[in-house]
Amino acid sequence: MLKTLRQIASIGIVSEPPPQADESLRLRDGLQDEIRAVLGRALCIRHIDAGSCNGCELEIHALNNPLYNLEGLGIRFVASPRHADLLLVTGPVSKHMEVALRRTYDATPDPKLVVAIGDCGCTGGIFGETYASCGRVSNVIPVDVAVPGCPPSPTRILQGILAALARSVAPVTGAGEPP
Amino acid sequence: MTLQALFERSEAHPGAPGLRALTVPYERWQEVAFDLSVADARLVALWASGDARTAPLIHAAFVAEGAGLVLTLPMVDLGEPYPGIEELFPAAARMQRAVADLSGVRSTDPDTRPWLRHAAWQASYRPLIDPPLLATTTEPPIDSYDFVRVEGDGVHEIAVGPVHAGTIEPGHFRFSVVGEKVLRLEERLGYVHKGIELRFTQLPILEAHRLAARVSGDSAVAFSWAYCQAVEGMANTEIPPRAAWLRALYLELERVANHLGDLGALGNDAGFAFGLAQFSRLKEHLLRASQQAFGQRYLMDAVMPGGTQRDITRMGIPMLRRCLREIEHEVLTLRTIYDEHEGVRDRFTGAGTVTPELAARLGLTGLAGRASAQAFDLRSDLPCEPYTQLPVTKIVRSDGDVAARVAVRFDELHESCRLIERILGALPAGPHRTPLQVPADGTVGAGLIEGWRGPVLVALEAGPGGSIRRCHPHDPSWHNWPVLEHAIIGNIVPDFPLINKSFNLSYSGHDL
Repeated sequence: MLKTLRQIASIGIVSEPPPQADESLRLRDGLQDEIRAVLGRALCIRHIDAGSCNGCELEIHALNNPLYNLEGLGIRFVASPRHADLLLVTGPVSKHMEVALRRTYDATPDPKLVVAIGDCGCTGGIFGETYASCGRVSNVIPVDVAVPGCPPSPTRILQGILAALARSVAPVTGAGEPP
Repeated sequence: MTLQALFERSEAHPGAPGLRALTVPYERWQEVAFDLSVADARLVALWASGDARTAPLIHAAFVAEGAGLVLTLPMVDLGEPYPGIEELFPAAARMQRAVADLSGVRSTDPDTRPWLRHAAWQASYRPLIDPPLLATTTEPPIDSYDFVRVEGDGVHEIAVGPVHAGTIEPGHFRFSVVGEKVLRLEERLGYVHKGIELRFTQLPILEAHRLAARVSGDSAVAFSWAYCQAVEGMANTEIPPRAAWLRALYLELERVANHLGDLGALGNDAGFAFGLAQFSRLKEHLLRASQQAFGQRYLMDAVMPGGTQRDITRMGIPMLRRCLREIEHEVLTLRTIYDEHEGVRDRFTGAGTVTPELAARLGLTGLAGRASAQAFDLRSDLPCEPYTQLPVTKIVRSDGDVAARVAVRFDELHESCRLIERILGALPAGPHRTPLQVPADGTVGAGLIEGWRGPVLVALEAGPGGSIRRCHPHDPSWHNWPVLEHAIIGNIVPDFPLINKSFNLSYSGHDL
């Protein structure tokens, strides 16, 4: 226990200030005001791997590490689409995930946002469209923001998520934040 | 026939060092497989090739006693199933079912359920043989699959997936449970099948290493290296020594990054969020160091035919060395914390046990295999350059539980740090890439690399004018997914995420 506490104390707070939203990643407008009115400062994300190579997942995981500290911004990943405001979708949509993706989208309450992650999510990437792949995410569900990259860095993903909200986030100091 | 006699009849196969090839007639297929199983050979992969003009061929790759052997079965009778080897090598069962789904040839295995095929295409359509289907916009019909039913007093089913609660890949798990105890788990995979093997045939042979790197993103280096090893063998080209050492550097960095990620996630799954925070911080430091040294956080296209895409930056060597030393030092501290934490120890010990006997019978491979006394590592057993000059200490445990798989990760992490230190000190001078001829039409080859998860194989056949006729990438997850079904038996449902994570198998690498 002592070792654990010592390690926590010696590392301290390593979180970095968040990047600015990148408005150029946004594909369509309209929902932002409504979403902001509903959400206030909190955002719940549901991630769906619709056929990715798992590279994008590694960078999405990184968003939760102490340096990017996504939860410190009031943004967190939730276990069910029914709890989500925003869907983070990776991969070209495989034919075998098409139905699951549509159902997950339908299960997400309105108003909702969709952010497609990675070259595959944006264009179908190297996998393209075949007997087994539907290609880009917007071929299956409406997409608000598309973040290219293979895989996009956590900073780019965060810029895309913030662009979906069209809000700027003040850096969070960590201590004394209300839950 | 003894192994010796089989090898004597075989001929050299381009690609991985020590690889041999042998064509086996139809009536002797099972007999040869039996001889190999008696000689403790290990199945690496099973796949089919051929197109609409030729009868399909079945291939199976094995590793035994410091050599690899690729068997080929020329199909003679299309109307009749070919002899299956799933009783000798249980891992072959799903591979044979996948061959039936993609190439339309069936084995004698009585389990004729589809494996990679859901409802996206008809059973009569053979994606790797027939002309490409036009992309359709209609939603595919709902898939139904014949799960094995467990019946009895109080038995109920829990169906999970394909969309899971965490940030992980999609797959379906069907648990049959009594109370909270798991009687049986049946996996249903294939959700991320996106036609990778067909896609290979649409790409130029000197560019498809990019697709190989994306078979399973967390094993990008292993797959792209195995692919390039096959191409280079087929083109009869030797890569410069610096390229080989740089590739080993990438491969060990990939291993360290994945082990750091897993060790954090395993702590988290045992209810110790501190572990995730600490290890994910260390992983981020490593990725940033990689960004500075190679211009990439993940080394997706770093390995390419003829060598590597880039050289290491001048500042990269001291910077990586410093970063790895810091990581190693901190990991030692964190390991003590894990070891001394009663809650973590309690969750890790005895969970998801695979005994060495079961592991040997089912062919558990790679990292998970080494945690169950399966002492195999291609870096020592079938070393390619530079591992011939870079001896690797094999890390083996025999408890076969989550704790053993955690211990193997800790030990391998340190071993990889040691190897990286040596590589950085011994990087040969010279070019990092050499020009490459396009392999001639009809040449075949295979690459074999020990990725962080286990042995990765890429089998390749060149087509005319620098095209690809057939490419089969093979992830070790094929072997270990069926063993996970056994590892969970008798455990409680809430331990499944932890046990699953301790294997951390690839969906994408398996579903293709």
